[in-house]
Amino acid sequence: MKSPIISGAIILAGMFIFLKFLLPLVTAPLPASLIYLYLALVLSGILIYGTMSAPSLEAMMGPIFRFLSGKGQTGAGQMARLAVLVMFPLLVGWQTYSRLVPSDLPPAENRTIHPAPPGEFVGLSNPYPKTPENIMMGKGLYAAYCSPCHGANYDGKGPAAPGFNPPPANFSDPGTIAQLQEAYLFWRIKKGGVGLPVEGMPWKSAMPRWEEELPEEFIWKIIMGEYDGAHQSPRTWEEEEE
Amino acid sequence: MTSAGQLRHATVVQGMNRMPGLLKFGSFLALLFLPALAMAAGGAEIQAMSVEYRDVPGIGSRNLVWVVAQQHLLLAGFVLGVPIFAWICELVGWKTKEQRYDKLAKEFTKLLTSAYATTALFGGILLFLLIGLYPKLMAYLTDMFFPSFLVYCLLFLLETATLYMYWYGWDYMQGNKKTFHLFLGFLLNLFALGIMIVPNSWATFQASPVVVGEGDAWARAWMAMQNPTWWPVNIHRLIANVVLGGFIVGAYAGVRYLLAVSREEREHYDWMGYVGNFIGVFGMLPLPFAGYWLMREVYQYNQQMGITLMGGFLAWLFILQAMLIGVLFLGANYYFWMGITHRIPGSEGQYKKPVMGMLIVLLLCLGVWMTPHSLVASLAEAQKMGGTHHPLLGVFGVMSAKMTVSNIMILVTFMSFIMYWRAGKQETAGWAKAAKAIMGGLLVIAGIAVVVLGVWGYFVPAIIRINYFSVAQVLIVLFIMVTFTPLTALLMKSAKTTTEMVWGKMPIRAGYSLVLNAVMVILLMSLMGYARSSSRVHWHIYGVMRDTSDYAYSPALGYAAAFMSLNTFVFCLIVAFIFWVATLGDKAKAQPPKGSTMEIPGHTAPAMAGGAPSSGEKLE
Repeated sequence: MKSPIISGAIILAGMFIFLKFLLPLVTAPLPASLIYLYLALVLSGILIYGTMSAPSLEAMMGPIFRFLSGKGQTGAGQMARLAVLVMFPLLVGWQTYSRLVPSDLPPAENRTIHPAPPGEFVGLSNPYPKTPENIMMGKGLYAAYCSPCHGANYDGKGPAAPGFNPPPANFSDPGTIAQLQEAYLFWRIKKGGVGLPVEGMPWKSAMPRWEEELPEEFIWKIIMGEYDGAHQSPRTWEEEEE
Repeated sequence: MTSAGQLRHATVVQGMNRMPGLLKFGSFLALLFLPALAMAAGGAEIQAMSVEYRDVPGIGSRNLVWVVAQQHLLLAGFVLGVPIFAWICELVGWKTKEQRYDKLAKEFTKLLTSAYATTALFGGILLFLLIGLYPKLMAYLTDMFFPSFLVYCLLFLLETATLYMYWYGWDYMQGNKKTFHLFLGFLLNLFALGIMIVPNSWATFQASPVVVGEGDAWARAWMAMQNPTWWPVNIHRLIANVVLGGFIVGAYAGVRYLLAVSREEREHYDWMGYVGNFIGVFGMLPLPFAGYWLMREVYQYNQQMGITLMGGFLAWLFILQAMLIGVLFLGANYYFWMGITHRIPGSEGQYKKPVMGMLIVLLLCLGVWMTPHSLVASLAEAQKMGGTHHPLLGVFGVMSAKMTVSNIMILVTFMSFIMYWRAGKQETAGWAKAAKAIMGGLLVIAGIAVVVLGVWGYFVPAIIRINYFSVAQVLIVLFIMVTFTPLTALLMKSAKTTTEMVWGKMPIRAGYSLVLNAVMVILLMSLMGYARSSSRVHWHIYGVMRDTSDYAYSPALGYAAAFMSLNTFVFCLIVAFIFWVATLGDKAKAQPPKGSTMEIPGHTAPAMAGGAPSSGEKLE
């Protein structure tokens, strides 16, 4: 029977290699926070399974306890134990130091992407009917004002997009405008990045304050065009009548 | 919306002027018996004219109220949850004629008297603090809710009287009087439910106030009570109290198991731990559905509040919630699986593969549940990802994914219990094979249907997902639970036992896992209590009365998390104290007479110190 310690180590290492090196071959790399989260889950799974019964507990923890207690160890075994006992606190110390040492890198962010809108924007509904003409007008306005950043395909890949960090929102992603009501988009377009509230800090949005350029009618029609073009529907509390 | 200038600060006397004669008499009686309340209401009126807030040096008024309110709420959850637990156990004992259930119910009812007093004590402290520190708010709430204060007092009197009769009459009301005792237990829980839902209306009114029209004091209070989040909170708290009660009983059993020195004690507390975990888990299964309903009502009431909670700065609390619920699910299942391995000798090999499968599914689901919509990333990482939203894993961050995995986790946990139930038994019914095949098929279909609805949910408007897909997912899981439970019960009725269940052989880590589950539930309640309360942001009463104190800001999440931990720690200390006080008498009885050198038969070292049920055996 294979040692559960070795099996566990192989599973952990395999998962790390998958998350860190293999997954980025097909998609964007994962941040360290997420990799550690998934590894912690895998480790807890290994510990839960390994400690379920007396034999599995002994097979998993027995060698570790015997190694650390040093009973009956001589020569290389004793040296290895000493090395672990010295290296472990050093590793913890190094980790602590590298976390605390001043750095010119900005700290990791837990940015709030969807801060709550101000009260005056809550409950607004699009005053313009959803007619083909209005949608067409909205798409035209979108092409003129929004597509340079948000892309002609509503996917956040406009010609100007590479210049922004974070990049412009991808409206075709069901996790963006499909989760929001039209009133929310109206607020974001009207007030732009500078209109984000305190809870939206750090303010990292290059979205212009379109109220200075566009009348409200245009903004509502752009919203209509955006949803139609991105094949998404705004979040509502009422089902649309056929 | 009512502007601050339109706020009415009417006195209790003014409120009473609108009442009919009989009600006035009732109010007079209540005030006579509750001078503190009368002083509170009257005093608040006077203070409201001059002082809006008072502060407490050092800790600050808000923090002090935070700690005391949280302790009161947790204790209230305990004293409302434990009677439900005790009554269910007593009912089971009465139906099955198994005395141990009755003994268990009595053991926990004994705790209630001291716990009840402690809860009332914290309630009193909270009331005085609120009156003293937030006079303007309390004057407004008193004006709005005064008649419900009287109902609350009446319910308290009834609850106290019923509790005394229920506890002190336990031994007297045996035999043919048992049904009356059970009726008292039912009344106890009924009054307890009332005690919970009345103050819930005050707190939910603060979060989701409604326009209160003209009418007498009772009509206005009733209108204010019927706010949109009242019943969702009532149901959520009722179920959560069952969960808290079950897991605290489990933790108590776990600690007693670790300290047990005789075989009988180990067997008893091992069994008690199983019952506590069972009730905690069964309460936990419908809890996410109740939580979902509550959040749906919050969103429907006010989109701004919903976004603050689920998408705004409080959204990170829901990632912490996922972690805590995940640990709770893992801990509860771990306990079930260890029960199969240790209480049913020889079953370890048989269930190894299903357990591994369940564990993998639980971990995968937990991975999805814990993945935030916007990830914590350094500048370099965000640049590589193209923002803090990962193009592939970002899809796990929305509700469709969370609902799907929570339903799957509930299904897996339910199946863990079914597996435990069937372990060590051989079905003898002729239709057993067909029933098991149907159950297996239904389970696979249900799992696939939940996942398909979850994935499909990304491609339909949100309202279709919320109104139909999420509801269908919940109904599918409930269907499995309500069909599998009686079917398995029928199968087990005629099944022959191949391996007898052995109590008292669980390893010591089972005791620790019971304690961990209880701590997780307390932390969860502290966390979500903060989330619900802070969703009002800078309002005492959302959109009606603004918080103009020095503390009209939301604390940083780390600061809030420290307070949640403090609250959990303090509550654990209080519960430990209550348990210690309540078991002092038992300890005295168990002690050998002074000067006696006689050994108590069967006593060895406690399990946590390596003691075993008998010589030659060893607990891991």
